[in-house]
Amino acid sequence: MEKDEKTDEKAPPMILLDKVGKHYGNFRVLSGCSMQVAKGEVVVVCGPSGSGKSTLIKCVNGLEPFQEGEIFVNGVSVGAASTDLSKLRSHVGMVFQNFELFPHMTILENLTIAQIKVIKRDKAEAEQRAVELLHRVGLRIHATRFPGQLSGGQQQRVAIARALAMDPICMLFDEPTSALDPEMISEVLDVMTELAQDGMTMMCVTHEMGFAKRVAHRVAFIDQGEIVEDVSKDEFFDHPRSERAAQFLSRILHH
Amino acid sequence: MNYNWNWGIFLEASPDGTGSYLYTLFLGTRWTIAVSLTAWVAALVMGGVVGTLTTLPRRGWAMLGDAYIEFFRNIPLLVQMFLWFFVVPEIVPEAIGTWMKQTPNSSFWTAVVALAFFTSTRIAVQFRAGILSQARGQMMAAQALGMTLTQSYCYVILPMAFRIILPPLTSEFMNILKNSSVAMAVGLMELTAQTRAMQEFSFQVFEAFTVSTIIYIVINMVIVFGMRRLERWLAVPGFSFDRGAEADLRGGA
Repeated sequence: MEKDEKTDEKAPPMILLDKVGKHYGNFRVLSGCSMQVAKGEVVVVCGPSGSGKSTLIKCVNGLEPFQEGEIFVNGVSVGAASTDLSKLRSHVGMVFQNFELFPHMTILENLTIAQIKVIKRDKAEAEQRAVELLHRVGLRIHATRFPGQLSGGQQQRVAIARALAMDPICMLFDEPTSALDPEMISEVLDVMTELAQDGMTMMCVTHEMGFAKRVAHRVAFIDQGEIVEDVSKDEFFDHPRSERAAQFLSRILHH
Repeated sequence: MNYNWNWGIFLEASPDGTGSYLYTLFLGTRWTIAVSLTAWVAALVMGGVVGTLTTLPRRGWAMLGDAYIEFFRNIPLLVQMFLWFFVVPEIVPEAIGTWMKQTPNSSFWTAVVALAFFTSTRIAVQFRAGILSQARGQMMAAQALGMTLTQSYCYVILPMAFRIILPPLTSEFMNILKNSSVAMAVGLMELTAQTRAMQEFSFQVFEAFTVSTIIYIVINMVIVFGMRRLERWLAVPGFSFDRGAEADLRGGA
């Protein structure tokens, strides 16, 4: 059922948003948001504060409910009542602004808990995968420490490793560097850049325009709950089509 | 004041024939500890379950939890004791009522049930506060990893909630010990009841209440000591509820 006409196309999008709308009572948060992220593509979503970009990305794995439109992740409808959201989320990685590591677990346990409880890996295998990923983000020596003993940048790298431990088919980043001190931002962006270069499908809400320029294939600009532009990176930075995007760029690039 | 102090009274035989007055106070202490501990375990479990219910994203369960809390915390403990002892056995089917009245130590079980329900509402509210004090982000992070609601609560939300509410839980533990004295109203010969009995038989009111006061204080100090040990044992390295101070310690902004 999840493989209707979309399988006929050559490369079905990993993430497909079709006229997504959301409101809290009379307050409209999102309206008519349509965009796609192809397999292996990196899309940066940006926009002014309060524009709805965080809400939009949380709709993608069903953490935020939406009332209108449809979202498909790898062909599975997120909004359908019949969808097993837990199962869908188990292979969609997500990284949050405030890291959200589990404070009472060691770094290693943070990386293994979902592997063991959700995808039922045995402990040894889960730990091996965890150590591998901690090594990759440069934090292997911290495996037995607790999140509260790490810096913000280190915690966010652990959070990325935790998501990767589930072997996700795509990754969602919700302002991963916004809660970090300036000197810690680059260590997190480096990990993300490497991930993108390895071909991971990524949807990133971020204000880091340097990262967008370096890594993104496309940029979606969202303002007041609407996707105003969804264009290639070069087009967005060189010739923003809308007034609002141009204004946003001039403010964010020349401060 | 014309009062004849007589500390030797504790070694004299109590007229109820069980032994010395000291021994009757010991028997009372034993009941006090038994009723408090049993009710505490029950209240902790019931409070944990009900407190969790009130935070669930299912409206029906949340309303059920709220109704439970409002019902059992709005009636005085003494009245609840009387209700369980005198009223409930009369309004349930006769066979159950007879069983309730004839069961051995019925005043003990009545006290346990009343104390457990009464205290569980307070514990439930604390659990609720402990759960809600964690940012919504923790729940989102657990669910984003594919955990079900139950898994998110069991592995992520409740272990932290329990740690957060340990200090107020200590007070609740001490409250249940103190409130157990109300059980004398349904005829349980716990410490306060035995103290009153000693006073009435011997007229040595000061001696009797001095000793029982000290016993209550000592038991509560043991509770405080034990709970502090538990707090330290469960402490999470590097985790502080004062996040600002924690950032300062790490040398952050």
